[in-house]
Amino acid sequence: MTSDKLSVLGDISKSQLNRRALLSGGVGVAAISMLAACSPGGSTPASGSKTTTFGSGASDDVPKRAYAAVIEAFQKKSGDKVKTNTVAHNDFQNNINTYLQGSPDDSFTWFAGYRMRYYAGKGLAAPIDDVWDKIGGNFSAGLAKASTGDDGKKYFVPNYNYPWGFFYRKSVWAAKGYTVPAKFDELITLSKKMLADGLVPIAFADKDGWPAMGTFDYINMRTNGYKFHMDLTAHKESWDQKKVKDVFDNWKQLLPYQSPNALGLTWQEGAQLLGEGKAGMYLLGSFVTQQFTDATVLADIDFFPFPEIAMEGTTAVEAPIDGLMLSKKGGSNSAAKAFLQFLGTPAGQEAYFAVDKSNLMTAKGADTSGYSPFNKKLADVIGNAKSISQFFDRDALPAMANNVMIPALQGFLKDGTIDTANLEAQAKALYAAQ
Amino acid sequence: MADTTLGASAPARGVKSPGRLRRRYSMLTRRDKIVLAIMVAIPTLIEMVLIWIPTVLSVFLSFVRWNGLAFSDIHANGVANYTYVFRDYPDFWPALQHNVLWLVFLAVIATPIGLLLAILLDQNIRGTRIYQSIFFAPVMLSLVLIGVIWQLFYSQNNGLLNFLLGTSGTPRAIDWFGDSKINIWAALVAATWRHAGYVMILYLAGLKGVDPSLREAASLDGANAIQTFFRVVLPVMRPINIVIVVITIIESLRAFDIVYIINRGTNGLELISVLVIKFLVGEGQVIGVGSTLAVILLVVSLVPIVSYLSRTFKKDA
Repeated sequence: MTSDKLSVLGDISKSQLNRRALLSGGVGVAAISMLAACSPGGSTPASGSKTTTFGSGASDDVPKRAYAAVIEAFQKKSGDKVKTNTVAHNDFQNNINTYLQGSPDDSFTWFAGYRMRYYAGKGLAAPIDDVWDKIGGNFSAGLAKASTGDDGKKYFVPNYNYPWGFFYRKSVWAAKGYTVPAKFDELITLSKKMLADGLVPIAFADKDGWPAMGTFDYINMRTNGYKFHMDLTAHKESWDQKKVKDVFDNWKQLLPYQSPNALGLTWQEGAQLLGEGKAGMYLLGSFVTQQFTDATVLADIDFFPFPEIAMEGTTAVEAPIDGLMLSKKGGSNSAAKAFLQFLGTPAGQEAYFAVDKSNLMTAKGADTSGYSPFNKKLADVIGNAKSISQFFDRDALPAMANNVMIPALQGFLKDGTIDTANLEAQAKALYAAQ
Repeated sequence: MADTTLGASAPARGVKSPGRLRRRYSMLTRRDKIVLAIMVAIPTLIEMVLIWIPTVLSVFLSFVRWNGLAFSDIHANGVANYTYVFRDYPDFWPALQHNVLWLVFLAVIATPIGLLLAILLDQNIRGTRIYQSIFFAPVMLSLVLIGVIWQLFYSQNNGLLNFLLGTSGTPRAIDWFGDSKINIWAALVAATWRHAGYVMILYLAGLKGVDPSLREAASLDGANAIQTFFRVVLPVMRPINIVIVVITIIESLRAFDIVYIINRGTNGLELISVLVIKFLVGEGQVIGVGSTLAVILLVVSLVPIVSYLSRTFKKDA
């Protein structure tokens, strides 16, 4: 710790980067970097070195071991040394501003979407086009698009993702003779039938506020198309227009078929409804399967994509991507770039998947023999997607998602009304602050 | 704050009557003065650094928009943050109402319950210590534990309350935390559970300090128990009453923990303190708006506290 601090202080006086920050950013920035220098393990030697640091928000046991496995494989292959600093993932996410401005690690775990593009735009992340020249062939067009900043440069290497969609129990559906709906109207007809059969047609749980966003994302993408959804979440489109109202009008048709007391249920309780066969289907991310510890129930779970409404069929898929980025400082570290490149290859992702099997690998050519048939189906849905959205709280300004959309959607679930003019007024105020 | 008023008034008084000033100061030795100066200066300094400077900065930040990155990103924003909060932010007015409701509920229900408990436990009944400990326990419990305890009571499908009502697991089961018409009352019951214990302990201490001869005198004059309490005992406990009033106001303004563990303060459980945290801490950070909410909370807190304290101290002096 002490030697770390000393070397960091040395670094500050030596490195051009920090001197420039001192001159341009004034005392504050310097103060922040000094403060951050007190956190352990901040620094690395300058470019060309064979060691690098890696800041990980993957603090849960399984992902943590999975990243450790990747690093071991990388070190064995390249001879470089990676030093990992793991931080509890909520803290990591909440403190990312301070972290990136202070003395960040060379590479760090993050996710695609608005927040990736935001930090890239602020110059706090390093572009990695040279890495993508080598790994670009491993990724689909949708993934490449999701890894690109607003300036057209690449800033992100995808590791894994998982799709959102409808989950249901095959045995329940077979017993009642339900079929997978391809169109929105069929979904409503099916829901009606389920209600008559005494089921909750669509399990819905929104006590925590965020799960409802998945339904909004899908109805918006199906009603107005992927591009409109992206422009709306980035606030390039106004909230106060007919297209947005149409989304909520469509949703209103589903409201009678969702769990009536959704605002008191957590997503785990929603999963319980599905697992016990009390609910017909459940729109959630594939992490819902973690809740089914009974192997027979797990084997009985199947998936279908959100049905077509008006635009683009079902080609847009909501599949949040987790992966790695380089900090501004890490941009000059060749070992850090090699590390990111390694995670962008089948070998790197296989090392991760070998430990954490709850997600899907993103690199083409990765050995999928470990996939269950269910996993394969999910992977096909993502692989065939023309465009991939990241979930509302990753695609939009976090303040918009957390502070505006959660209460607005909860209000909509309660009484079926929404004030789009107010949403626009709030979006205007909050996006301007960035 | 008392320090500042005293310090400010001393020289003014000194100008008017220099003789009295000299006499007062001559009673203090040089060492006394140094000790006094240090004892005043250090708390003042701590107060400055930890409270006054951040307060002034918050007021400043409430008039700008800033993404929290470089200082060069700070832009003047006029009163736009205030118009956002007052006009556009739909959670603000409900939050203010909930804070007021919280204050009224604590003042009208929770505090009298605490007083009642104190009077009952002051009657030398058997096992009074045990009862005291039981009622005071909620004040000492950690946040996490409180969350677990109330979850056990209120859970819709597995909770004790719905089980006792016989509605558990049926569609008629009351959604204590999810129904926005009910959950604020559920939270207030939990808050009362804590607040009453706190008030009880303070009043118990106060009751022990009441001179028994006063009660005797009252009963000799023919006062019944109720008259004795309200006409004699309660007025004698005036210092405690002040503390209780201030504590009740402060508790209702900074109410945060219980609603935050229920559902992070959304869906009918909005409170100003929750909104401040939402906009200042974590990913949803918008510094300008968060500071604005903090300033509003500060102003709201200052009004009752300052008016009450100044009135009380004026009377005492």
